[in-house]
Amino acid sequence: MTGDNSGFSSGLKRRRKIENIFRIISLTITWVSVIILLVLLTHVTLQGFQRLNLGFLQNFPSRFPDKAGLKSALYGSIWLISLIFLISVPLGTASAIYLEEYGKKGILGKFIEINIANLAGVPSIVYGILGLAIFVRFMGLGRSVLAGSLTMSLLILPVIIMAAREALRAVPQSVRHGAYALGATRWQTIIHHVLPASTPGILTGVILAMSRAIGETAPLIMIGALTYVAFIPEGPMDSFTALPIQIFNWASRPQAEFQTVAAAGIIVLLGVLLLMNAAAVIIRNYFQRKYKW
Amino acid sequence: MGMTERSIIAGSKRVYLKEKAIAGFLLLCAMVSVVTTAGIVIVLLYESVGFFKEVSIIKFLFGTRWEPLLEPRSFGVLPLLSGTLMIVVGSALIALPIGVLTAVYLSQYAEDRTRTILKPVLEILAGIPTVVYGYFALTFISPLLRQVFPSTHVFNALSASIVVGIMILPMVASLCDDAIRAVPNTLKQGGYALGATPFEVITQVIIPGAFSGIMASFILAVSRAFGETMAVTLAAGATPNLTINPLESIQTMTAYIVQVSLGDTPAGGTEYQTIFAVGALLFFVTLLMNIIANRVMHHFREVYE
Repeated sequence: MTGDNSGFSSGLKRRRKIENIFRIISLTITWVSVIILLVLLTHVTLQGFQRLNLGFLQNFPSRFPDKAGLKSALYGSIWLISLIFLISVPLGTASAIYLEEYGKKGILGKFIEINIANLAGVPSIVYGILGLAIFVRFMGLGRSVLAGSLTMSLLILPVIIMAAREALRAVPQSVRHGAYALGATRWQTIIHHVLPASTPGILTGVILAMSRAIGETAPLIMIGALTYVAFIPEGPMDSFTALPIQIFNWASRPQAEFQTVAAAGIIVLLGVLLLMNAAAVIIRNYFQRKYKW
Repeated sequence: MGMTERSIIAGSKRVYLKEKAIAGFLLLCAMVSVVTTAGIVIVLLYESVGFFKEVSIIKFLFGTRWEPLLEPRSFGVLPLLSGTLMIVVGSALIALPIGVLTAVYLSQYAEDRTRTILKPVLEILAGIPTVVYGYFALTFISPLLRQVFPSTHVFNALSASIVVGIMILPMVASLCDDAIRAVPNTLKQGGYALGATPFEVITQVIIPGAFSGIMASFILAVSRAFGETMAVTLAAGATPNLTINPLESIQTMTAYIVQVSLGDTPAGGTEYQTIFAVGALLFFVTLLMNIIANRVMHHFREVYE
């Protein structure tokens, strides 16, 4: 590509210039969005850090900003997550096993699959409307932890099913064939070989789904989680509040002091999420080394 | 597999029955998601029908005043719809171009080491709860906007659009990244062999090759912005307002639903039923977008190899 081929290289300089400009733009834009993320996170940390102390975790909410705490929200979120886990993990895993191991070729399987793909895109507030109509009113569960957990379980079910299917699919066919060859039935193959081998993958997906459930706010507001709860729920039928609801409540108050309290709450919430994500990564890496097909 | 399996276990009817029962139970679990969809549709339609007995569907869809709580009441959904669309358009203007550029940078220009840093950052962005984005809009972006445009309301559509844009950006970027990676390397190499610059390869080979995936990511992102709730509830305000000025306070469909359920609206009244009518509109629009996105992704995909 020497200068002698003047006809060929005409405009080359201009084209190279465009190329350079484009590369710089795409590089800048990408890093600017990363920097914006860092600025936002720094902002919330600076705002909330001074407010973060042990009392913040041990106090009930209060109308005095300096006394307000997260205790009931923290316990509410723990209740929620535990019930969601108990409901959605068996249900999601069983659905995934059916879709991946039984109904793969059938019309019914295809139908359920399309249905799940579409459910994954339904806005979370619509699940809240469903929960309000079915669990809170129709089944008469009221504004209870149970109603919230059932609603939230339906919301994250598609996420768990898709992750679990991915994990089941990653188990090589030879494992199944080996078990069949030894005379195992389909269920024996699944329960003794396929499921254990895919457990780490399913677990990773479950943790990520749970971290989504911890941050979800809209469905809980719909089913009527309260914003002022000065007690700890003692059973699944008690009313409750949760971390994101409490943060929403503080953030929506006009006083600047409550913005600081909200920031402190956000730090706690993001901290919990970070821990869960780290756990998911560690599990994934640990088992990736253990199982090698 | 069915036949061989059956012949192997033919001697044991009990085992065979157990297998059947387990398969049936698993199917039952899988059907929960179908029942969920049915439940959503039935609940929304059932309560909406009650609502449309009181308010004509024409007045609902084309009315320009949304005053469900104050006399004289009016149930025109257009102000809520325009509020939602303003957020959708604003956030799309931010997230779609930046998302594609980020995906291009990640897949074409970035070194492997940069990639291993940026990919998790995108995942972190995607995992931040939406209520946190609402807080960002309210306490960081709105004050900033008020310094630049003094006429900005405390609650305004622009700051909400910006955070929703930041929120859907990672989704666009990672779906576009997948789509771009699916374009075979040989096409790219062919472009370079013809003397094209990377920019020309990107715009004339890679983006056309990944077009269906990129479009699908756009539709999914728009549908996500359409149904986004907490950030717009916190930042965009609670005034149903038929305006095109992004610096004013507005209300989206989702924010209205939250507003009603935060108040103590008795069940059964027309106000209570509005959330189902608005919810039905929300559900069917997002469902339509998701179906289109899935079709675009599967049916218009360029098939390579």
